[in-house]
Amino acid sequence: MENRKLLEVKDLVVHFDTFQGAVQAVRGVSWYLKEKETVAIVGESGCGKTVSIQTVIGLNPRKNGSVRGGEVLFEGKDLLALTQKEMREYQGNQLSIIFQDPFTFLNPTMTVGEQIMEPYLLHSRASRQEARARALEILRLISLPNPEETMKRYPHQLSGGMRQRVMVAMALICDPKILFADEPTTALDVTIQAQIMELMNGLKEKLNTSIVLITHDMGVVANMAERIYVMYAGKIVEHGDAETVFHHPKHPYTWGLLGSVPRLDERIQSELYSIPGTPPDLIAPPKGCAFAARCRYAKQICRKCEPPRIGFEEPEHYAYCWLNHPECIRRNGVTVREEE
Amino acid sequence: MVRYIGQKVLIALATVFVLATATFFLMKLIPGDPFANDKVSVAVQEKQREYYGLDRPVAVQYVTYMKNLLHGDLGYSMKKTGRTVVDIIREAFPVSAKLGLFSLLISEAVGILFGILCAQFRGKWPDYLLMVVAILGIALPSMVLGPIVRYLLGVKLQILPVSGWGSFKQMLMPAFVLGLGTIAGNTRSMRASMLATTTQDYVKTAQAKGLPPVKVVLRHQLRNSLVPIIPNLGGQIAGVLMGSFVVESMFLIGGLGRYFVDSITNLDYPLIMGLTIFYGAFLVTMNLLVDILYGLIDPRIRMK
Ligand SMILES: Nc1ncnc2c1ncn2[C@@H]1O[C@H](COP(=O)(O)OP(=O)(O)O)[C@@H](O)[C@H]1O
Ligand SMILES: [Mg+2]
Repeated sequence: MENRKLLEVKDLVVHFDTFQGAVQAVRGVSWYLKEKETVAIVGESGCGKTVSIQTVIGLNPRKNGSVRGGEVLFEGKDLLALTQKEMREYQGNQLSIIFQDPFTFLNPTMTVGEQIMEPYLLHSRASRQEARARALEILRLISLPNPEETMKRYPHQLSGGMRQRVMVAMALICDPKILFADEPTTALDVTIQAQIMELMNGLKEKLNTSIVLITHDMGVVANMAERIYVMYAGKIVEHGDAETVFHHPKHPYTWGLLGSVPRLDERIQSELYSIPGTPPDLIAPPKGCAFAARCRYAKQICRKCEPPRIGFEEPEHYAYCWLNHPECIRRNGVTVREEE
Repeated sequence: MVRYIGQKVLIALATVFVLATATFFLMKLIPGDPFANDKVSVAVQEKQREYYGLDRPVAVQYVTYMKNLLHGDLGYSMKKTGRTVVDIIREAFPVSAKLGLFSLLISEAVGILFGILCAQFRGKWPDYLLMVVAILGIALPSMVLGPIVRYLLGVKLQILPVSGWGSFKQMLMPAFVLGLGTIAGNTRSMRASMLATTTQDYVKTAQAKGLPPVKVVLRHQLRNSLVPIIPNLGGQIAGVLMGSFVVESMFLIGGLGRYFVDSITNLDYPLIMGLTIFYGAFLVTMNLLVDILYGLIDPRIRMK
């Protein structure tokens, strides 16, 4: 059972119809999650990370955002084939999410206690007392200081870190099978970020929840994920276990993301490196490799043809990049990360 | 919260004081004399003026009036002889209050409901239909709307009585005519406000919990959408109050509105003063309650 795929996303395509044309936010993405596992989806902002997972949990506005293809298999059942009503049984229950910004994602006119208890009252048919007890239990689990008092507070009376803990409690109260965390620390101060990461790491041990972590920050991934999907312009460009992706990355985009991790052990506190340029316009994505325009190793073929999936010696380590093609290696020698 | 209310109360008292003072002096500027009458001898007229203290300097009259006001004494009516202003208010206000309150309750509820429906069915036929009603409600004054409704419902269809006061059926038509403006205003503001909250992040959080759309609207959007429309309530109460002058005389209802109109045509000084102060104090109190309500609905205001 260890290796069972709890969630499997296959060839997911999501477009948004806008006045300028269809925004191709997710362009054929496949990934999976095993039980009790944490995987990370990493990429710069605008790469389609949020759209991918919000589609998985049925939160896409159906009005202009539509799934154009693919399957989302949760315990073998295709979630995309469910009606909204059937999907609501899963939302906040077996599939829950922590959003990016605890300042705007909490209801300002409802006490945080009410907000935490709400999914439990909805999904478990519990009485209010039971829900309260359960909320307190969760708040203690995530070591929130005086939980009874905090339950009576309104969001604006709490600090950012506290609010994000409230979001975590809200997401965990129904004991979900999968917790999606969409940049859970991005809106917070650096010190608070560390606390929240530590909290989530601790939770992994205490609960039997699998986690899908979304971030643009490789530093966050390092402490948490077992496997990493690197996403760029609506596609997965590299995948592997965390060790491999950190130590033997094969895609220039991954190199760039790793280059932007601040290194505390580095000799010089050099300026934070960031990949030059910006991600392409997803209304008219470029032919060939979407990263070619920003890639300093780009060859002619990169701009013409889409790179194939190329696997490496580590199991399930693969990347979509021409540099790794046998023909390319034969002509130019082995690909080496220039920074090293 | 206590400080918040304390401040509002002080401002309210000052407002009533200024209102009383301004009315007192403005009223004296209205040309004419309450006791001028060809059929009564000049000597008797003088006696009457003396009796009501009108022979003394205006400043003295003002001070006397304000002193009495502090004791809750609004004086005697000059025209309805022998009746105190307080008596008149006591008799007629409950009628106006019942009409106003009933009208306000219906129209607030209906307006908010319409606004929610418009937002939920945005761009579909219920939205267009209700918006047409709302625009008519804003455009049509009660002098026009009243007779139309009375003709249709009272004369043609004969389902509601055309005038009078007392039974529930008699209350329906005047309350509706009085409240249509409020219904219209609320439909529009509630629609806009609901549409603004639909795209809020916390609504997404509510959806992510698996709440059905009805609960998302009622538990998460409604209260937040009410916040920006609460301040309208003060003006709506004032509107109903002013509207009642017209509606009460149209439907032959013996409320305070009718006394007010009469007092001005008769130059019944104490009654003008008394009713103005009463209306003023009433409005100020209502606004105060609205402020407090605002604080109750939005914790961010209450706890500042
Ligand atoms: N409702 C929407 N309508 C149109 N375009 C959208 C919508 N939501 C997201 N997008 C677009 O989809 C792309 C991917 O967005 P997103 O998934 O939020 O990126 P990420 O989470 O990786 O930062 C972006 O280009 C964004 O502008
Ligand atoms: Mg995002």
